[in-house]
Amino acid sequence: MGIKIANTILTVVAGVGVALVLYWLLNKLAELLPGRWEDRLKPYLYILPAVAAICLYVLYPGLQTIEYSFANATSTKFVGFDNYTKLFSSNGFQQTILTTLVWIVVAPVAAVLLGLLVATLVDRLSPRGEKTAKTIVFLPLAISAVGAGTIWRLVYAYAPAGQPQIGIQNAIVTALGFDPVAWLTIRTFYLNTLLLIVMFLWLQMGFSMVLLSAAIKGVPTDTMEAGRVDGANERQIFRRIVVPQIMPTVVTVYVTVLIGVLKLFDVVYVMTNGNFNTNVLATEFFNQLFTNFNNGFAAAIVVITILAVIPVMIFQVRQFRLQEANR
Amino acid sequence: MTSTVQPGAPTATEPRTSRFTRRPRTTEESPAHWSVKAAVVIICFFWIVPAFGALITSFRNEADANNSGWWTALNPANWGSFTFGNYHDAIVNAQLGQAFINSLAISLPATFIPILIAAFAAYAFTFMQFPGRDVMFLIIVSLLVVPNFVAMVPLLQIYGSLGLGGTFVSVWLFHIGFGMSLAIFLFRNYMATLPREIIESAKVDGASHYATFYRLILPMSTPVLASFAIFQFLWVWNDLLVALVFIGPGENAPLTVAVKNNLIGQQGQGWNIVTAGGILTLILPVIVFLSMQRYFVRGLTAGSVKG
Repeated sequence: MGIKIANTILTVVAGVGVALVLYWLLNKLAELLPGRWEDRLKPYLYILPAVAAICLYVLYPGLQTIEYSFANATSTKFVGFDNYTKLFSSNGFQQTILTTLVWIVVAPVAAVLLGLLVATLVDRLSPRGEKTAKTIVFLPLAISAVGAGTIWRLVYAYAPAGQPQIGIQNAIVTALGFDPVAWLTIRTFYLNTLLLIVMFLWLQMGFSMVLLSAAIKGVPTDTMEAGRVDGANERQIFRRIVVPQIMPTVVTVYVTVLIGVLKLFDVVYVMTNGNFNTNVLATEFFNQLFTNFNNGFAAAIVVITILAVIPVMIFQVRQFRLQEANR
Repeated sequence: MTSTVQPGAPTATEPRTSRFTRRPRTTEESPAHWSVKAAVVIICFFWIVPAFGALITSFRNEADANNSGWWTALNPANWGSFTFGNYHDAIVNAQLGQAFINSLAISLPATFIPILIAAFAAYAFTFMQFPGRDVMFLIIVSLLVVPNFVAMVPLLQIYGSLGLGGTFVSVWLFHIGFGMSLAIFLFRNYMATLPREIIESAKVDGASHYATFYRLILPMSTPVLASFAIFQFLWVWNDLLVALVFIGPGENAPLTVAVKNNLIGQQGQGWNIVTAGGILTLILPVIVFLSMQRYFVRGLTAGSVKG
C-alpha cells in the first residue's frame, strides 16, 4: 500500500517533470532553426504533444472502431453490414434502442423543466435559504453513479409481502395498504427505466438548476418591471418575458443532458445491469465487448452512438462559432 | 450575463464571486410566500432522504439493517446499537481500503499530467498565428462530446499486445487522451479573455513565447487550471466504465469497481456493508466539491458535455 502511494506521487512528479523537459527541448529545438523557420515551426511544436494525445486516443481508435464495425467478432475478417443487420433484427437490440429512446425523450426534458422549477422557486428565497437549497440539490453532481447506486438500491429495495420492508418506497406503499413492488423489475410502461431516470435526475438536476438560475438572474429586472407596469401577472411575466430571454441557456442545458444520456452507462449497469428491458446502448456495448467477446457488435453499437452524437457535435461547433463572433 | 452560461463559460473578467450570490434587487420585494418555502423544503427533503437513509444504514449492525427500515433507527431507544464496524468490514474485508489507494493512484496522475500539456497547446491556439489553427481548434471543439467508449475496442487490443492490460498506465493514458480536448478548450477560452496588452508589452520587452507562457500566462490562468483539475479529478475518481474495461476487478481495482463487484454484485452482502462502501466512495468527492465549489461551477458547461 505504501509502495502504491509512493508510486502515485512519483508518477505525478515524473509526469509533470517529463512534460516540462519535453517542452524545454522542443523550444530549444525551435530556437536552433533560422529565424523565420523558428516562428513558423514553434506553434506546431507547442501543440504537438496535445494533438498527438488526441490523435492517439480519440481519432485513431475512433476510426479503427468504424472499421471494426464491418468486421467479425475477432476483427479478423470483413463481413460488410452483417453486424448492423444482425443487431437491428434481434429483439434484444430493438428493445435496447427503445429503452434508449425513452431515456432520450424523458430525461433531458425532465432535467430542464425540473431545473427551471427549482431555479425559479429558490430565486424567491432569502440569499441564505437559496444558497443552502442550491447546495443540497447540487451536491449529488459530485458523486459517482456507484455511490448513488448504493443509495438508490436501498430506496427501491424489495422484500416479499409480510416481511419488513427495508426500502422506503415499499415501506410507504405497504403502509398505504398495497402489496410491495419489486420496482426495478417492472417493465410495464418502462416503470423501471423511469425510476432509473429519477435517480439520474437526483444526480444531474443540480447542473441544470445552477445554469438556469444564473440565466434567470441575468434577465434585466426593468424588462420584468415593464411587464408588471403593463399589468401582466407573474405567470405571464415568466412565460412571455423570462423564458424567451433564457432560451439559449435552456437549449444548452438540454443538449448537455442529452449527451449525458446518449453515453449513459453506470446508472443502468449498477442498478439493473441492463436486465428487465433497462438495457441502453452503452451497457449493451459493454455486454458485447466483455460477455459475448464480439468486437464487431460492440464496434457497430459505437458507430450507432456516434451517428446519434453527430447532430450534437454540429450544434456544439455552431455554438462555439457564434460565441467567437461575439467576442 | 446570459453569455456566461454558454459552452466554454469561464472567462478571466467575470466577477470572482460565487454564482450562488444574488444580484442586487432593484425593487423591494416581499419575503417569499409560504407556499414557495414549503415547495423548496419538500424538494430538499426528496434530495436528502435517500442519502440520509444510506448514511444511517451504514452505521447500523447487520441484523438491524437487514430486518428493519433505517427510519426505525431514528428512535433514540435504538441509538445504542450504532457501530463503526461496517466501515472496518468494508475497508478490510471488502478491500475498499486498497481500492481507495488505487483510486488515488489512478486519479492524481490522470488529473495533473494533462494540465501543462494542454496549457501549452492552448497558449499556441490563443496567442500564435499559424496555418490550420482554426480548423484544428474546431476539430477539438467537436471532439469534446465524443463518448469515451468510442475508443475502447481498438485500445483494448493494443493494450493487450503491449502487455498494458490491468495496469494504472493504461487508464492514465486513456484519461489524459480523453481529457485533453476539454482542457485545451477551457484553457484557450480563458486565455482569450486575458488582456492582450500584457502579452504585447512582454513581446516589446523581448520576452520569448516560452518566457511569456511561464512567467505571465500560466500564473494568470490559475483559476481555469484549478477548475479543470477539479473536473478531471471528480470525473476520473467517479469513472466506472474505463476502469472496468482496462483494469477490471482485482488488486488494482479502484473504488467504483470494487464497490460494484465486491459489494453490490455479491449476493448476501448486507445493506449495512453496501451502504458503508457507497459512503466511502463519495467522501472525497464531496469534500473536494464543497471546498472548491466556485471553480467547479466555472467549468460546468464545458465540463459536462465531455464524452
